Amino acid sequence: MQEVARNRPFPHRHLLGIEGLSPEDINHVLDLADGYVELNRQAEKKRSLLRGRTIINCFFENSTRTRTSFEVAGKRLGGDVINMSVAASSMHKGETLIDTAMTLNAMHPDVLIVRHPESGAVQLLSEKLDCAVINAGDGSHEHPTQALLDALTIRRRKGRLGGLTVAICGDVLHSRVARSNIALLNTMGARVRVVAPLTLLPAEIERLGVEVFHDMAAGLADVDIVMMLRLQSERMHGAFIPSTREYFHFFGLDYDKLRVAKPDALIMHPGPMNRGVEIGSEVADDIDRSLIRQQVEMGVAVRMACLEILTRDLGNGPPFP
Amino acid sequence: MNLVLFRQARLLDPQSGRDAVGDLLVEGERIAAVGGDLFTIAREAEIVSAEGLCLTPGLVDMRVQLREPGAEHMESIETVGQAAAAGGVTTMVALPNTDPPVDDVSVVEFLARRAREVKLAKVHTYAAATKGLLGRDLTEMGLLAANGALGFTDGVQAVSDALVMRRVLAYARTFDLLVIQHPEEQSLAGAGEVSEGETATRLGLPGITPAAEVIMIERDLRLVEITGARYHVAHVSTAAGIEAIRRAKAQGLPVTCDTAPPYFALNETAIGDYRTFTKLSPPLRSESDRRAVVEGLRDGTIDVIASDHAPWGQDSKRLPFSSAAYGIVGVETLLPLSFELYHNGHLSLLELIQRLTWNPARILGLPVGRLAPGAPADLLLFDPDVSWRISTDDFRSKSKNAPFDGRPVQGRVRRSIVDGRTIFQSEG
Repeated sequence: MQEVARNRPFPHRHLLGIEGLSPEDINHVLDLADGYVELNRQAEKKRSLLRGRTIINCFFENSTRTRTSFEVAGKRLGGDVINMSVAASSMHKGETLIDTAMTLNAMHPDVLIVRHPESGAVQLLSEKLDCAVINAGDGSHEHPTQALLDALTIRRRKGRLGGLTVAICGDVLHSRVARSNIALLNTMGARVRVVAPLTLLPAEIERLGVEVFHDMAAGLADVDIVMMLRLQSERMHGAFIPSTREYFHFFGLDYDKLRVAKPDALIMHPGPMNRGVEIGSEVADDIDRSLIRQQVEMGVAVRMACLEILTRDLGNGPPFP
Repeated sequence: MNLVLFRQARLLDPQSGRDAVGDLLVEGERIAAVGGDLFTIAREAEIVSAEGLCLTPGLVDMRVQLREPGAEHMESIETVGQAAAAGGVTTMVALPNTDPPVDDVSVVEFLARRAREVKLAKVHTYAAATKGLLGRDLTEMGLLAANGALGFTDGVQAVSDALVMRRVLAYARTFDLLVIQHPEEQSLAGAGEVSEGETATRLGLPGITPAAEVIMIERDLRLVEITGARYHVAHVSTAAGIEAIRRAKAQGLPVTCDTAPPYFALNETAIGDYRTFTKLSPPLRSESDRRAVVEGLRDGTIDVIASDHAPWGQDSKRLPFSSAAYGIVGVETLLPLSFELYHNGHLSLLELIQRLTWNPARILGLPVGRLAPGAPADLLLFDPDVSWRISTDDFRSKSKNAPFDGRPVQGRVRRSIVDGRTIFQSEG
């Protein structure tokens, strides 16, 4: 199956978002990633697919998990991975961003992985670069590899994405994970709900193809998947909720609220979790229902698949002549 | 005295309502006569054959950011003067948000002197309503007005404190001065960058509710009721804001307003993939708001179209959307974009010219904007129909930040005249 999948063209130079990907594109990534899950469980994990390739992790925003996940993915494929952390304080001048792009470009990377606190910044960078760019999260816009790893996690447990009902709960307003997941799940034929207080929902969110709930009991009724979002206090200018105590009372996930979901409903969280804020510890650590650790595992596999797809047709000439 | 006779132009005079083919005689710096055939009384005049062209008052652009003093690398009185000349603008009124701001008589005098030296379009200025544009202490409004300031505004930001605004209006009323407000309730707009709604949500950009406009307008209208001051709302862009002004006018309050071309020529979908050239304050709105702006212009609720000229260098716009500056250049595209309202059948040519000339002149108390004997010979000769494409590379403005590059438009300036002097001329 994988050999067949490998021949399929991926008609995108960069991975900037889920919006614009077809169901075939998404399945293609997930199929490849499936193979990498098996590889990653072996003692010998190394491949030489990216030997000689340079991958730069360029993070304008602090991240340990995602950066490490990309680093592991790149190294397992035999690429040279360089980590660049640009301190949050020094990047607010955008001229620096274009200058950074030109500087990096001159080093001839093959793939640039970028996280940036401003929506649209990764796309702006990609326009100035000759290499493939993967968006590792831009502002409140998109985080495509997170949505792909969530999809892989779900597909491996449920066998499908189409027809499932997924509730995305919490801070949708600030969440790039929510936007990417809404786009992906809709593309794959799942039914998507969002559950949040009105202060944490962006205007006209229903236009993105979701059902809107403000009550966990109604929003979680008969769902297959509950995706909790991190309450992003670092993006909150001003008070969006009165207290974390009240937030947990009404919107935090515990067994009581989960009761109305399907009996085999599964729980996800993109991490890092605020225990006792958006999710209770018993639920988060429930090995039967919580997929949180699997998500991290799938993350490496999905990122390996993305790196493979975006570098596959490069040959040995200059990239994108 | 030097005589010039414009022969057989379509004369459009919004003051008198004249829209007929005829002659116009300029004597020195002033209009000497307007009539059907003036050849017999002006045989010795230099003849300008204007057959097939329209002759109107020069445009009065009541909202221009000069950038001089303080940011001459983005624009100067010289470059904006050339841009204005090419755009048919013969009078510009500057916002006080320069460095230093126009909150002192010396800056008003500096601008007047620079305009005399440059000698292109006429330059007037507003002065700050509050010292340093900080929204707290009143400027010397009486002295500033006596030295030429045409109105009082904190420029690209609102006077947000209600008590301060009340005092600005009351003090302005004392001297019968005009107060101009940027209509946005800042405490509600917060860190918003684009209009709230589907576009903002998809792009993950913080939204500003359109209600932030009408809330500020409604508040100010109550203060106008108390004080009786002349109040002008700058760049209205929402249906609710326009409706509030429509009601206030019906009620007889001394209220006027303007809008700018992006608010009737574009809607929020122009933001596309984070095009920073579409980042404006107020932000581009929904299609229904855009249509309300057109309707407001049509029924006269919106008195004026101003360019809202805001020059920015590449360093301020080639940035992630959130970091980019607000605003676009506009004096060179004010006329061709406004012509769309005529070509699309929303306004007659005379109505359109009125909103670009006589209405702003009347609000500002300037003697221009009309084709009347004795008035300054500030004139515009244009071809209303010729098709061309806007090219930002051709802008005379030092900054090229505009979202209209490549846009096909109809109608073009042939000649701009200030006090009888031709400051711009083009044959084709």
